[in-house]
Amino acid sequence: MTENILELHGISRTYSTRQGLFGRKVPVHAVDEVSLSLQPGQTLALVGESGSGKSTTGRIALGLELPNSGHVLFRGAELPPAHTSAWRRMRTHMQMIYQDPLAVLDRRLSILDQVREPLDIHDIGSASERNNKALAMLDAVGLNANYASSLPHQLSGGQRQRAVLARALIMQPALLVCDEPVSALDVSIQAQVVNLLMDLQKDLRLSLLFISHDLKVVRQVSQRIAVMYLGRIVEYGETNLLLSNPTHPYTKALVSAVPVAGRRTRERIILKGEPPNPADRPTGCAFHPRCPVVRPECVSVSPTFSTLPDGRSVACHAVDAAQPTKEVGI
Amino acid sequence: MADLVGTAPASAFPATSSSGALLTIEGLTVDFSGVRVLRGIDLTLSRGESLGIVGESGSGKSVTWLATLGLLPRTANVSGSVQLDGQEMLGVAASRLDRIRGGRVAMIFQDPSSALNPVIRIGKQVGEVLARHQGVSGANIRAETKRLFDLVGLPDAARRFDAYPHELSGGQNQRVMIAMALAGKPDVLVADEPTTALDATIQAQILDLLTTIRRETGMALVLISHDLGVVSETCERIMVMYGGRVVEAAPSDSIFANPQHPYTQGLLAALPPFDGALHRLIPIEGQVPEPANMPPGCPFAPRCAQRMTVCKETIPPLTQTEAGHFSACIAGAVTEARQSLKVHKSVLA
Repeated sequence: MTENILELHGISRTYSTRQGLFGRKVPVHAVDEVSLSLQPGQTLALVGESGSGKSTTGRIALGLELPNSGHVLFRGAELPPAHTSAWRRMRTHMQMIYQDPLAVLDRRLSILDQVREPLDIHDIGSASERNNKALAMLDAVGLNANYASSLPHQLSGGQRQRAVLARALIMQPALLVCDEPVSALDVSIQAQVVNLLMDLQKDLRLSLLFISHDLKVVRQVSQRIAVMYLGRIVEYGETNLLLSNPTHPYTKALVSAVPVAGRRTRERIILKGEPPNPADRPTGCAFHPRCPVVRPECVSVSPTFSTLPDGRSVACHAVDAAQPTKEVGI
Repeated sequence: MADLVGTAPASAFPATSSSGALLTIEGLTVDFSGVRVLRGIDLTLSRGESLGIVGESGSGKSVTWLATLGLLPRTANVSGSVQLDGQEMLGVAASRLDRIRGGRVAMIFQDPSSALNPVIRIGKQVGEVLARHQGVSGANIRAETKRLFDLVGLPDAARRFDAYPHELSGGQNQRVMIAMALAGKPDVLVADEPTTALDATIQAQILDLLTTIRRETGMALVLISHDLGVVSETCERIMVMYGGRVVEAAPSDSIFANPQHPYTQGLLAALPPFDGALHRLIPIEGQVPEPANMPPGCPFAPRCAQRMTVCKETIPPLTQTEAGHFSACIAGAVTEARQSLKVHKSVLA
């Protein structure tokens, strides 16, 4: 088996927040005992609703945020402490792109300058070599030299996301964390960027941690999916298995909620209620107040992972009751 | 097949049944500082109908309805005609418009928390609409607000009356907006991307709610969305907009089974499939044209794989291709004509 490029072992991240102006501090478990692994050249999708902890997990994977417990292994080694020179060297191999490209681009710098900047910072090659490398990278993401001197506001949304990709890829990272990279783009442009991302992944043997709420896009790009709910993984496994035959009741609801063009009548699972506040996490299984198949033990006992015969991990008492075999761990 | 033979250009885009026309828009155009962004919209909305408006950013799908309701800034130059039950709405006095807006036609937006006043309790905000449009007063306001909150599925309705918007989640605030829209007992609810900011499971709840309310109250629903999936499941009829024009309009089933305009075909092909085999996505190459640089002919011509020379010069009219199905495409009409010619021959033979 190939070595994993990224491993998260039981990471947890707790923030503390005040309830009200003078209220007492309460802990918010943004990420709770999350373990994941990503193989080189593969894509692992993190899906879940807002507040599920998927973005925090992505930031922890890059060392942008420290877990309160658990550890992160990149190519088998633990991340050096953040903002040290060793961490900076390591970080050239792992990059991140976000949903809103305009927010991460410098509005006053030309596209070429921004794409070249990482090379300048790490002092790689001569000035002309850097320029050529940046131009070649722009070309690789489908922005020709005419756009090199443009400012971000002169580009369309899709072109800006291409520029962000060029900047993230110029250091030839091995791992790219994408946080909702195509959510802000129109459908016709979204397809362009998804294709580009998949081409670049193949050419550069990139490993992607793909954070998204869009299951249609996730199905297109990923080999594995981890479904998160209120900071915990509830189901984890191969994309095609998980989407064609979701097992956890929350995954079932998510999959059934995907609006598909041209499909009008179908059985949609409409969940009751809203995702609860992470600061007020329900006891037992966090999903139990909305769960259509809730059992008495769900209210008090937090479910552990069991492994299904097809290799999937699911944390659900109802699934356990239907599945006699039970092993622990991912 | 008889429908195919009987193709004829339609001057205005008719409703599914012309008798029930509630809202008629004719030749609606909007200019922002000399730049035309809406380039002539014709549509008819029937009572109780659900119409989906689909398009990418800049297609004019929101501007159409902001112009219809007189919600655009003064700098916008609006012309054309909008008639509600035969009465002109464009250019009428603000006092008259105020009775229509919120009363007969209500609109809700993508971001409910920015549409609600953050420092006024939600019960009071809904109560204002009740007092203004329904003449409800005193203790009845509270009772009626509670009934509306129950109707939109806001949990613990009685207690929510005194809550502020920040105390509610995004989905709950959208329910408050819907309650407020329903307070005026409108004939038409225009929902502009009502679920875009919401999570998937909450989106399903809100779409379900809108459909239920439409069935129960008989109001017409206009659902504006960039998501073909969302309108497909909620609407009976769909209009696709591009570059400030309607490029295709048809019953929902017909448009997905048999898209006629190359842009609609392109949009459907660009969507990642959710079942069946994976394939490389087929994007529409190029960019949406800027309003200031709109091509002289068909707005989609520069990106269209089926374009002909004539497409670059002539703006294709919206033409009926089969019963209730309209497409604004010259290339498509040519292929269609060839097909109907074949039909003629086969009928003769």
